[in-house]
Amino acid sequence: MSKVPNDRRYTEEHEWAKKQGEVIVVGITDHAQASLGDVVFLELPEPGKKITKGKAFGVIESVKAASDLYAPLDGEVVEVNGPLVAAPEGVNKDAYDASWMIKVKPANAAAYDALMDAAAYTALLQKTAK
Amino acid sequence: MAPKRTPLFDAHVAAGATMVDFAGFEMPVRYSSEREEHLAVRSGVGIFDVSHMGEVFVEGEGALAFVRGLVTNDAAKIVDGQAMYAGLLNERATFIDDVIVYRFSERRFLVCVNASNQDKDFAWIAAQAKEKAPGLKVTNQGADWSQLAVQGPKAVDVVAKLCDEGVRAIGGYHFREGTILGEAGIIARTGYTGEDGFELYVKNAHARKVWDAVLAAGALPCGLACRDTLRLEAGMCLYGNDIDDEHTPLEANLGWIVKLPEPGKERAPFVGMDVLVKQKAAGVQRLLRGLELVDRGIARHGYTVHDEAGASIGVVTSGTQTPFLNKAIAMAYLDRAHAELGHTVFVDVRGKKLKATVVKLPFYRRATTSKA
Repeated sequence: MSKVPNDRRYTEEHEWAKKQGEVIVVGITDHAQASLGDVVFLELPEPGKKITKGKAFGVIESVKAASDLYAPLDGEVVEVNGPLVAAPEGVNKDAYDASWMIKVKPANAAAYDALMDAAAYTALLQKTAK
Repeated sequence: MAPKRTPLFDAHVAAGATMVDFAGFEMPVRYSSEREEHLAVRSGVGIFDVSHMGEVFVEGEGALAFVRGLVTNDAAKIVDGQAMYAGLLNERATFIDDVIVYRFSERRFLVCVNASNQDKDFAWIAAQAKEKAPGLKVTNQGADWSQLAVQGPKAVDVVAKLCDEGVRAIGGYHFREGTILGEAGIIARTGYTGEDGFELYVKNAHARKVWDAVLAAGALPCGLACRDTLRLEAGMCLYGNDIDDEHTPLEANLGWIVKLPEPGKERAPFVGMDVLVKQKAAGVQRLLRGLELVDRGIARHGYTVHDEAGASIGVVTSGTQTPFLNKAIAMAYLDRAHAELGHTVFVDVRGKKLKATVVKLPFYRRATTSKA
């Protein structure tokens, strides 16, 4: 079973979001990296770019395929994980923490609380595994 | 229809494989990391369950003449115990499938076909036989045989343990019938990885025993994901991606598997031959080539290729970031005028035109060939 830390929120598209002061840190879940296989390429937006909940903000490519990264909420990108873009295979080692992708200034701070918590996301994974 | 399972399904699950539906079979896509599996085959030894592949046997008086008329490569030019890669074409000279033909004798052949095409291929071969050689026995034995591909520079050591030291003398694209862990099977020095290796054909009841023994001998279990990247590095075509019933072998740059009539030499006609003779004389309009991306990014199946002015000049058929060569490579059909080696083209990757260079296939060639 893949890891689902309790300290953050989740989307149905398998992104995680974590509150860090005023900004929301975004990445993909352990389940997502395991499904993708070996990650070889990451395309992320520039700081300043506006992102929209449910819309693609970037692309992650494994050896096998390209997949969109979906924004967990509306907001503006304030920082991008440059070292991860240079060495995207890090996502496979630890999808959380070190493999954060973007930091977002949310348009509406309450949008974070509307995301799934760890229990709801775990339930989603269990449902899709059946 | 529920996907079929090979006799090794339980072994894959036990080894932690991620299973996917592929060509109607539940197959392992990877066990841990396709990158590690890929590298194991390039440097050591890996094992693949390819039992989903189909086995069509053609047997009886006149089998050689029939097979010469069936596929593009010439079964009269190989000896008993030798195999050849060939195209199975329709009358338009486009691919029904790509196959490996094993010649046991003038009276007995095995045509190894792709899983996704096996029903179609068998129907075609049986219909051809009915029309041209009704005395032949054509049987689809795909459900009886398991196929294990043991691939990599150390594959020969593993196979020698399972069989006998004599397997070291089997040349590339040669095979023999023999015993594998005491059971009758076919030991072929063939593969789909660009590496030395063997494909072992055993009856289903023995598959698990052979699989376990190969793992115990140190081979890493390898899934379909790395099988795809290995074959792509080696410049080998995948049916449904790089070749299909809209392209001829000459367009696919597979002229070497097409034996056309030459002055002073007899050549029994094969299905599609007339079309290929004309196409060769006129020259192809498009050609399958290798691409290496210069700009950062990955070209994928279906992406379009453009010239500097933006005009569409081709389409990508396969592409990935390769684990061993560590660069983005692709195969693409290109308009003949843009297919010269060294030519710069542009691949449309999500709206961005990424620069790529036309290169010769294969991308990877192993340093030494297997000893004959």
